[in-house]
Amino acid sequence: MSRWRDEKASIFGDNSEMNLFLAVLMPFLGAVLVALASRRGRAFAAWCTGGVALLSLFLLLPAMAASFDGTTTIQRLTWIPAAGLDLAFRLDGLGLLFALLILGIGLLVILYAHYYLSAEDSLGRLYAYLLLFMGSMLGVVLSENLIQLLIFWELTSLSSFLLIAYWRKREAARRGARLALTITGAGGLALLAGFLLLGEMVGSYDLSVVLASGDIIRAHPLYVPTLVLILLGAFTKSAQFPFHFWLPHAMAAPTPVSAYLHSATMVKAGVFLLARLFPALSGTPEWTWLVGGVGVATLLVGAVVALFKHDLKGLLAYSTISHLGLITALFGIGTPLAAVAGVFHIINHAIFKAGLFMAAGIIDHECGTRDMRRINGMWHYMPHTAVLAMVASAAMAGVPLLNGFLSKEMFFAEAHAAAADWRVGIFLPAAVTVAGIFAVAYSLRFIHDVFFNGEPIDLPKTPHEPPRWMKVPVEIIVVLCVLVGIFPAQTVEPLLAVAASAVLQGPLPEHNLALWHGFNPALWMSVIALIGGVLLYLGRKPLFVLHDRLSGRLDARAIYEHGLRTIIDFARRVLMRLEAIGLQHQAAVLILAALILGSAGMLGAASPLTGSRSLLPVDGVSLLAVLTLIGATLAVTVLHRQRLTALIIVGAVGLIVALAFIKFSAPDLALTQLSVEVVTIVLLLLALYFLPPETPAESSKSRRWRDGTLAVLAGGGAAALAWAVLTRPANSIAGWFLDNSVTGGGGTNVVNVILVDFRGFDTFGEITVLAIAALGIFALLENLRLIAPRRDVAGRRWDSDVHPLIMATFARLLLPLALLVSVFIFVRGHNLPGGGFIAGLITAIALIMQYLANGVTWTHARLPAHTHPWIAAGLVIALLTGVASWLFGRPFLTSAFGHPSLPLIGELPLASAMAFDLGVYLVVVGATLLILINLGMAHSVSHEDEHAKEGPWKP
Amino acid sequence: MEALIALSIGVLTGCGVYLALRARTFPVVLGLTLLSYAVNLFLFATGRLAIGQPPVIGGGSYTDPLPQALVLTAIVIGFAMTAFVIMLALRARAELGNDHVDGEHS
Repeated sequence: MSRWRDEKASIFGDNSEMNLFLAVLMPFLGAVLVALASRRGRAFAAWCTGGVALLSLFLLLPAMAASFDGTTTIQRLTWIPAAGLDLAFRLDGLGLLFALLILGIGLLVILYAHYYLSAEDSLGRLYAYLLLFMGSMLGVVLSENLIQLLIFWELTSLSSFLLIAYWRKREAARRGARLALTITGAGGLALLAGFLLLGEMVGSYDLSVVLASGDIIRAHPLYVPTLVLILLGAFTKSAQFPFHFWLPHAMAAPTPVSAYLHSATMVKAGVFLLARLFPALSGTPEWTWLVGGVGVATLLVGAVVALFKHDLKGLLAYSTISHLGLITALFGIGTPLAAVAGVFHIINHAIFKAGLFMAAGIIDHECGTRDMRRINGMWHYMPHTAVLAMVASAAMAGVPLLNGFLSKEMFFAEAHAAAADWRVGIFLPAAVTVAGIFAVAYSLRFIHDVFFNGEPIDLPKTPHEPPRWMKVPVEIIVVLCVLVGIFPAQTVEPLLAVAASAVLQGPLPEHNLALWHGFNPALWMSVIALIGGVLLYLGRKPLFVLHDRLSGRLDARAIYEHGLRTIIDFARRVLMRLEAIGLQHQAAVLILAALILGSAGMLGAASPLTGSRSLLPVDGVSLLAVLTLIGATLAVTVLHRQRLTALIIVGAVGLIVALAFIKFSAPDLALTQLSVEVVTIVLLLLALYFLPPETPAESSKSRRWRDGTLAVLAGGGAAALAWAVLTRPANSIAGWFLDNSVTGGGGTNVVNVILVDFRGFDTFGEITVLAIAALGIFALLENLRLIAPRRDVAGRRWDSDVHPLIMATFARLLLPLALLVSVFIFVRGHNLPGGGFIAGLITAIALIMQYLANGVTWTHARLPAHTHPWIAAGLVIALLTGVASWLFGRPFLTSAFGHPSLPLIGELPLASAMAFDLGVYLVVVGATLLILINLGMAHSVSHEDEHAKEGPWKP
Repeated sequence: MEALIALSIGVLTGCGVYLALRARTFPVVLGLTLLSYAVNLFLFATGRLAIGQPPVIGGGSYTDPLPQALVLTAIVIGFAMTAFVIMLALRARAELGNDHVDGEHS
């Protein structure tokens, strides 16, 4: 569309500056590729998927290397310039950290999933969904534009839905998927509102601007609503209390998915957002109380509930909730050092929890159950896996020499320091220590219950060590836990430093990643947590009894489901009430509502009904035409029960409408109306053959009065509206189209240039609708047994001389002429009235004429029965014409044109838009023929039946 | 002239509404056809009426081409919609044995 012709930017700009975009795009393309490639075997699919992830990583390398120097890479592509929206990607320290987590853990999960899924599950589908998720998540963490971030955010919810419901035959999987989508989807809506407010405040959706405008945002009167909306988005995604309950039900997903989405990456999107917007939103009492309060509540609830879960993955899910609460609480405390600790715990939790989930998956895989009351003594069956799981579990508990200990101790220190500033006294450190005690207890339960505690009870399978390569991802993770735990400064410090300084958007506070900080309060809190946790686990029996007695009293999901049921029941009652009244009443209610709303608008307006435009004089011919139109329309209404008569009069009405178009300078419309009229009448005549010839008189008098009143009011309203429009001066954008038609579109017929060039994208949508309608009709006619009448209204047999000789002969003679006319109309369309739509209709009519005059058998021998390929070809040609302009660095559907001179014919006006018009032509011909031929064939089939039954007709 | 067009639009709308409220499928389809004439004429009329000024460059003065372009596709899509509704009516009659809009004999 030439409107953007002046724009220099194109999506095929400098290739070196779009590797972030390509890195995000790659998994989306890869998803399609893998879905196709999975037919060639599981290993092949796994290699493809891994290759895609590696390719993305490779594309990010230059920007990643730059981010270690503190450089923020920002790349832009023009997206919707009119709305000020760009596709903008950014990679700074925080983006780097998350991209590494997403791709690194993604690679491990891809390897793990290859061994986890059984042979009857489609690995290709899982990989395709995983890649969809990977691309969406990369989009979230690498977006510079907030609206774009939100789109990827919602895409992660959608791909998570697909992944949770992977085993779609299982009820629990479908319910869990729906629950997760509802909660995170609702949060996404709140987030959108928050982002829009944020964009309004600072005047830009660019993160760079938002991050630099913290003071404006915090001082803005809408700060609190904005904060609450954004936090709703973050809290639902990161399963914060009271929205935490979707996460345990998401455990119905295959375990690789739980390891990847529901512990390491997607649920981190919420805390990512807290970290990302930390400089813009934090530093107010509202932030501290909301984020800190919710974080601490989640930390406690998650840790306590986790201890009592008998399901292996249930325990891990609640512990994930608890750890996400911990990270949230750290950002809530709001000091720079707390933010550093938050980022550090994001890394550590992602690592050890992914490993734990994978270990849980191995145990589930080998035992056939996840119930910890039955899985015991695994130490004897899989000692290797046991060691790995125990190390990861110890990291989760915060045992020294492992990575979990370091960030947890930083958390304890921050909680202790914050207690002095806040007026919460001892509460915060106490709550944190209690959560720590429970964390140690549930980690201990995971180790003791599964690997020791006697012999297994009634397992479906006999467990043994899993395949070698299934353990490799867990081994890598456990090695990382230990390395980070012992040598933090040498391993994780550089990454943590760039990520944390990106979060703070400023200098990094003094911090010391070391194992030993001396005898300080944090150490004592750690010691209390470790000893208390062991004691709590030893004395767990009475607590479990208490828990069993209390369980079911307060179930967040039950409350949620009750609310959902209430809403659905209400909607169903309303729907029942509306549906029970039948279509006629519904339509009447609809029209009445439109009347009320319309007249409210018109009656309330201060301006007079009649405008100031000077009017055209009435001439005799026009008056006669309008009187005929009105007379015919009324006749249709009065005679509508005699269907054939009414239909013929409708045809006359259509012809007068076409005349009106000619009269008022719209030759293109007149041609279109004329040809559509022919096709419509043929179609309705065909259809009428299968319907009763008359409508029974069944409307009551009151019904007719009611409908009549509505009709008069609606007609009066429409006439008044038309009058008000017609008498007002026009203020149109027509001038632009008229000025640019020749120079920009290369054609003098402005209507056609608008259709194929300026508004070509709309036309493309419209021919797509046409194609869909034709295919829908084709599907409706499939296996349709129509009741064909044997006699007409007057009781006469239908004429057996179906194809009169003279008509058949002349129709054949006319065909080449008619086709020539349509070619003529098509070619001249860019400059004179005509074009693809009209030419297509003329061709369709010419071909239908052959069916009518010569019969289906004769015509079928000469024409293809199915015109689907024509429709497909038309759509493809139109699409390719649009795409071709990209190759020349132009926006979609920009036309090029020239006037080449040909011998004999002379100068020929040619535009690339004509190729687009050819696509339009093919779709119109294909769709029209598909509709009419298929109905006509049902017609001929019923004829044959009739001949077979009654024998040849004798007068 | 404007009054005549406004009146035509009104009559087409009124009769279309009346027929669309009938109980059998075929009159409803006829009503929808009349309504689509009315809508197309109205959309066309938003470009105001002009005689002898087709939007083909070279004539000097032109009427508004944009509503014409919109209506042109609307006419074709209107045909597709009519076709779809009538097929639905045929299918409903084949499945339910009658042509009542609610699929029931009163």
